Amino acid sequence: MLAPEKIWWKPMGRMEKTWLTVAFVWCVFLTVMMPLWYFLGKQNVPTETYRVTREQFAAQVNAFVEEYQIGEENGMPIVAPPPGGDAFLRASTWQWYPILQLEKGQTYRLHISSMDLQHGFSLQPVNINLQIIPGYDYVATIVPTSAGEFTIVCNEFCNLGHHTMVGKIIVK
Amino acid sequence: MTALAPTTPWVAGKKDDYRVCGVTTLKVDMHTERLIIANAVMAVVTLLLGGIAALLIALTRWQAIHLLDAKWFYSLLTIHGIDMLVAWIVFFEMAGLHFGSTALLNARHAAPKLAWFGFILMVIGGLMVNVVVLLDANSIVTFTAYVPMKAHPLFYLSYILFAVGALLQVITFFINIVVAKREKRFEGSLPLAAFGLMTAAILAVYTLLQGAAAIVPAFFWSLGMIANYDPGIYRNFFWGFGHPAQQVNLAAMVAIWYMLAQMTLGIRPLNEKFSRLAFILYLFFINLGSAHHLLVDPGMTFAWKAVNTSYAMYLAVLGSMMHAFSIPAAMEVAQRAKGFTKGLFGWLRNAPWGEPGFGGLVMSMILFGWIGGVTGVTIGTEQINMLAHNTLRLPGHFHATVVGGTTTAFMAFTYYVIPLIFRKELKLKKWAQWQPYVFGGGTALVSLGMITSGLQGVARRNWDITFAGVVPGTVDLTLAIFGIGAIIAVIGGIMYLTVVLVSVFTGPRMEAGQMLLIGGSENPLLESTKLTDEQMEHPKNQPKGTLVLVFAFLAWFAIYYLSNWWLLGRTWFIR
Repeated sequence: MLAPEKIWWKPMGRMEKTWLTVAFVWCVFLTVMMPLWYFLGKQNVPTETYRVTREQFAAQVNAFVEEYQIGEENGMPIVAPPPGGDAFLRASTWQWYPILQLEKGQTYRLHISSMDLQHGFSLQPVNINLQIIPGYDYVATIVPTSAGEFTIVCNEFCNLGHHTMVGKIIVK
Repeated sequence: MTALAPTTPWVAGKKDDYRVCGVTTLKVDMHTERLIIANAVMAVVTLLLGGIAALLIALTRWQAIHLLDAKWFYSLLTIHGIDMLVAWIVFFEMAGLHFGSTALLNARHAAPKLAWFGFILMVIGGLMVNVVVLLDANSIVTFTAYVPMKAHPLFYLSYILFAVGALLQVITFFINIVVAKREKRFEGSLPLAAFGLMTAAILAVYTLLQGAAAIVPAFFWSLGMIANYDPGIYRNFFWGFGHPAQQVNLAAMVAIWYMLAQMTLGIRPLNEKFSRLAFILYLFFINLGSAHHLLVDPGMTFAWKAVNTSYAMYLAVLGSMMHAFSIPAAMEVAQRAKGFTKGLFGWLRNAPWGEPGFGGLVMSMILFGWIGGVTGVTIGTEQINMLAHNTLRLPGHFHATVVGGTTTAFMAFTYYVIPLIFRKELKLKKWAQWQPYVFGGGTALVSLGMITSGLQGVARRNWDITFAGVVPGTVDLTLAIFGIGAIIAVIGGIMYLTVVLVSVFTGPRMEAGQMLLIGGSENPLLESTKLTDEQMEHPKNQPKGTLVLVFAFLAWFAIYYLSNWWLLGRTWFIR
């Protein structure tokens, strides 16, 4: 708080050096973990992204639903994309469209984009969370490793009806 | 009751004058004194507004009560974020910067008019934003105001006015230091606390410039003068402002930690080089923290995300880990030099636990480091962020850092501002003694409740989580912990406001007589200058206990961090 003596440039003590070294090694470890997981881990943040207009994306979603629809639930189409193929999910206030039906252990290229505001793709209870931004077609290559019914919650505030924005993925 | 210190002009015939503080021996410029009082008063006013919102939000988020309807919840959430995260903290920091650039340097305030102008802009902006959000339903956009969600133009204008005002006050900080140096008010280097505040001020400048890059286009866009504003680019600029703004708080808080430790225990920094290096690491690397908010956004490559969140960011983490050692170590050495040398922790047992400055310091350091720091680094890891993004873990993290850490430290510091700057006797001392523990304890429960709820997938910024039974029933328990913690923290907040208001309005106007508020007649601040090198270097006075504490901290850090990788490995495959 008070000004230091004129020459304060002293060598560090033994304990300071010890802690500094240990802390630095830990920070290096933190740095290394990310590339290590990138090459070895099976859960990585998707990076595949395309520019897309709302109209283009809406057209793709409609074509997708038309081709692969297998049923309906309360007016919402249930769509089963082919394993290994593309699947589409449209976010808008306040709806996830359509309901997807996937097969356990199969790979899908899941395209997600927003028609209006920013939304949050939060898949529960597996707890995968992605940010969905209008104008960007975000492609996540996913493999469902568990079967059951999963819920998509919007976790980015998108006006007053935000908490009603709930979607569904069924895994057989 | 002692007479108030007379004021003396800096130069014969000049209007500017100062008084000498009897306790700290510092020269306090009268302009500075009034600026500190004004900024501190506004800080408390915005804390009160944000605090009322906090209670109502928490009682809504706690599902068993679920008090408000959705509209009120989201509008109060917007106000709570702005009043607490920006207004309360920035007003307080402005008071700190005026103090650090004059009193700590024995110097005068060189640009009081500019500072007042900045202050007035901040007041207008800060109050206007509250009014706009309450009156205009379209301006309920939460703190982040993500484009393309469009608020009223006055909403963005209030952000801008506030930021310009803050920038002007920060500029007076630099002017003061340059003038003080030129007028030879101090010799050699800046004192460590002023050095820390300087770090905060530099961070504040580029934070505010980034804020301008985000909000000014949004303002013109809301007026219809710009047709398209890319939401991805807005996010990038917004977080260039949003996260570094919290790192301004970090630097200011650490500077206050050093001051509190010196005021209550009479420490001398063990090694100025070590502590200053830690601040310099913040200065250069901590701004990369803004990338943390974009980790699961579309459009960036793995390399961009990993580089921005790891390589240099962890050097800023290193800075925090250095302070985590150097502050308690200095406290330990100072205590041992006083004769408390028994065992590893005898120095800690014999610390002034009843002194609010010390209690606040300890609570602040524990909450900031053990909860806030560890969880922050973990959710800031590229892949782990997928588990945490926009869940309650994020507010859990930053309630530990800026509420448990920064706010607790600022509150504790206020108790010394009242006698030393307001020159009023502190009333309700017993309340002040308990307040840091009540507030800190409540905040700890709030953070832990939020973090554990978030781990189970509960979304943040969300009025209702019961939909479709998405989340397991155990969240009822963790949200109850959060709710109970919030009530305790609010009680701590009310205690703080009561002590401050009662002291300011009913305390007798008098000159402070001693540094410590509770008992003791010594003046630790001046005692610290008597700590000799021999005492500091004596083998019996080495900080062995602190070394044990920091290694325990590292172990906890490693357990939490690695268990998150384990959790990530259990979820669906995704790339």
